[in-house]
Amino acid sequence: MSKKPKQKKEFKSNDFLIALSAVVLGLIAGAVLMAAIGSNPFEGFLYLFRGGLMNIERIGNTLATATTLMLVGLSVAFAFKTGLFNIGASGQMLVGGLCATLVAHHVFLPRPLYLVVLILSALLGGALWGVIPGFLKAKFNVHEVVATIMMNWIAYWSVYYFVPAYLKGPSLETESASIAVTQSLRTEWLTKMFHGSYVNLGIFVAIVAVIIVKFILDKTTLGFELKAVGSNRFCAEYAGIKVNRNVVVSMMIAGGLAGLAGLTFYTGYARNMQIGVMPSQGFDGIAVALLGASNPVGVLFSSLFFGMLQSGKGFMNAMTSVPPEIADTIIATIIYFTATSVLFKKFWDGVARKMTIRREKEVAAQEAQDAKDAQTVAGRLAEPSSGPDVSLHPSRESIGPVSGGTDGKEVK
Amino acid sequence: MSHVIEMLHIRKEFPGIVANDDISLQVEQGEIHAILGENGAGKSTLMSILFGLYHADEGIIKVKGKEVKISSPNDATELGIGMVHQHFQLVHNFTVTENIILGKEGGFFLDRRNASKKIKALSEKYGLSIDPDMVIEDISVGMQQRVEILKMLYRDADILIFDEPTAVLTPQEIDELMQIMRNLVAEGKSIILITHKLDEIKAVADRCTIIRRGKMIGVVDVATTSQAQMAAMMVGRPVSFKVEKKTAQPGRVILDVHHLNVMNSKKVLGVKDFSLTVRAGEIVGIAGVDGNGQSELVEAITGLRPIESGAVSVAGTDVTHASIRARNEAGIGHIPEDRQKRGLVLNETVAANMVIKDYYHAPFSRHGLLKEDVIETYAKDVVKQFDVRSGEGIFSLAGKLSGGNQQKAIVGREMVADPQLLIAVQPTRGLDVGAIEYIHKQLVLHRDKGHAVLLVSFELDEIFNLSDRIAVMNNGELVDVVKTSETDEHEVGLLMAGVKGKEGAK
Repeated sequence: MSKKPKQKKEFKSNDFLIALSAVVLGLIAGAVLMAAIGSNPFEGFLYLFRGGLMNIERIGNTLATATTLMLVGLSVAFAFKTGLFNIGASGQMLVGGLCATLVAHHVFLPRPLYLVVLILSALLGGALWGVIPGFLKAKFNVHEVVATIMMNWIAYWSVYYFVPAYLKGPSLETESASIAVTQSLRTEWLTKMFHGSYVNLGIFVAIVAVIIVKFILDKTTLGFELKAVGSNRFCAEYAGIKVNRNVVVSMMIAGGLAGLAGLTFYTGYARNMQIGVMPSQGFDGIAVALLGASNPVGVLFSSLFFGMLQSGKGFMNAMTSVPPEIADTIIATIIYFTATSVLFKKFWDGVARKMTIRREKEVAAQEAQDAKDAQTVAGRLAEPSSGPDVSLHPSRESIGPVSGGTDGKEVK
Repeated sequence: MSHVIEMLHIRKEFPGIVANDDISLQVEQGEIHAILGENGAGKSTLMSILFGLYHADEGIIKVKGKEVKISSPNDATELGIGMVHQHFQLVHNFTVTENIILGKEGGFFLDRRNASKKIKALSEKYGLSIDPDMVIEDISVGMQQRVEILKMLYRDADILIFDEPTAVLTPQEIDELMQIMRNLVAEGKSIILITHKLDEIKAVADRCTIIRRGKMIGVVDVATTSQAQMAAMMVGRPVSFKVEKKTAQPGRVILDVHHLNVMNSKKVLGVKDFSLTVRAGEIVGIAGVDGNGQSELVEAITGLRPIESGAVSVAGTDVTHASIRARNEAGIGHIPEDRQKRGLVLNETVAANMVIKDYYHAPFSRHGLLKEDVIETYAKDVVKQFDVRSGEGIFSLAGKLSGGNQQKAIVGREMVADPQLLIAVQPTRGLDVGAIEYIHKQLVLHRDKGHAVLLVSFELDEIFNLSDRIAVMNNGELVDVVKTSETDEHEVGLLMAGVKGKEGAK
């Protein structure tokens, strides 16, 4: 019994396989759609992917698109972990972006210091927009979905008022004056490296955010509390964790992350803010978080993938008869498949089980001899079966000590 | 003899565990056949296979002599197999009739009147005394269970599976259920009773199949087998039912509850002017019928429920208005009543659950950073000590553990933390005799270390077995506190009914 086989883990179904299944099925569904409208799916996909990855500049644009999605995805995922649904990332983006734009117009400092101030302003703006619904939830039990949607519109109309009143551009009433490139997140070496694409320092902000969020969730007591509250607030309460405080903190951090997304979008990807536009990334971020299974690293990859689809769809539209909406449909279909991931989980679990059974049969055959020896020895040691009239089932030759019987498969 | 159910050589594996290993079960027509086994022995898996919820990897099932394939509960129902689940599956704002015909409405228009008549007739035939027009949320748990039974009878089931049916019932309700089971058998039904309570098996069952760790140990004739023999077969070693303990050496006061008033969820006083002390080195049991203010009292002491007036102090610290964490730090350990609601975070690992109260301080974390290796070593230790069984050890999700193992995990967590005051609410609920014996021993050991234990249990046996003093609660009030050595179940029973003092006892 000393050579108990170690439990093999590599075939366990995991979030990655589930996400991959969803993506593949989503792409297949997209292909079927393309074929249905009379286009060639291979051609469609070719141009969709080429649009996102064809050359260095396009890869840069994919990264720039992914940057914002990554941060929004993180925001939504973070709130998910605490059992909250942050549907207000759009509003938090707007406020974060507005704060950053204000700083970009009015604060002039040495570049490193300036960047710190810029990033902090967006972080704080977004955090403020997140903390209000968090507070309402904690104090008055206002559902965060309702509160964050309201906050979206407050942000929307605030921008509508603020931009023409204080940040008006020289020509258009509907957008703010462009900030100087030197005041944006764009930076010369990156722009050059990616042949003049939109990619900017935001990508580093996003990657650092992924690392920090992963660290917080996995390694800190704060993350431990947030996850406990998210999974079972009654148990968290019982354990002495301050549930309401964690709700507020979680929404604050989620808001801050979305605020950073606004930073990367309005002072990096773009250099001005338009009024009357609710940024759709705030909702795409929900998809990113779902596909990424609310895991920071998952969010990183899923935002890159969605970023590629987003930035490739225009090229696909230009080169083929496939409308750009197909790319959105693919995204939607992927979300649909992600939401039904239970089915994939069952499927992969089934595969895993067959694999382990095959392995164990080999192991069992190998150990059969040992087991026999062990049983004969143990049989002598077994308690004498005195007492009740035990009518054993005919197929069982001996009761034997049970601890000896299940070795190999039973895990401590 | 004809077998209504034959399950032959059933094998079922889950990742990391063999739940059923070559188990065979033969149920005869018109008998009550008990399946006895420890928590996680594989009883529920076996029944789930019979009821079509799982598929056996190997083995065959015969119903009334014919080999069948049961791939869903609907198949089972067609074959006349019905199951009363441990957790009732009822729609709370529907009437009894509506619940029973749910899924069997028949046709486009509901024929409530006929259904109601049929249900009434069934109820009378088997002595269930159920009014078909009552709404579920207005009837007691015991009656709800009878609705579940009626549901099966309405679907013409003649093989009835009861999955730990007494876990949620009061002693009176248990007696009634036993009578109902006898009535059912007298009318020609066959019953499979899943349980780990030996006295229930003794009371109603004819034969008993014993399972241990997924393997079949044997089938015994209940009448000729003693409880001790069955217990030994189930656990694999002799079990003692009586807890060995020395006389208590009460020391200083650890828990002092002073004129406590607490509102219950209905915003009326659930605990009224309640005063009680528990000293170091003694176990005080709170006896009472469920719903007489025990939960509110415990929640008020542990900080889960606000206190209206009065005071609570623990080991000399006034905690009346302290936070839950401050109370934990003052020395309260708490085995909660509802393990899935309060006790565990089900989709976190066992390891995380073991430090859910202690993650924030050394040695489990430092400067806000978790020390995973320390946590894992600690969790492994608790799991080993309290024999918590799971597929992947401390990395299993708590929700994947069987009910009994979840309970052992909670009890382990609270006991290993070694609190000065341990509040144990139903600490052995859902556990088998082996585990009960172990936990009882641990509670006594905790007492002997010089700690205070407040035990809340609805099982008088447990109260009498463990307590040094018994405080009896009725309708939110403390009726009396009696020494266990100077009282008997009869007196405490009267006190539980609110009959106070000597005039009742004599």
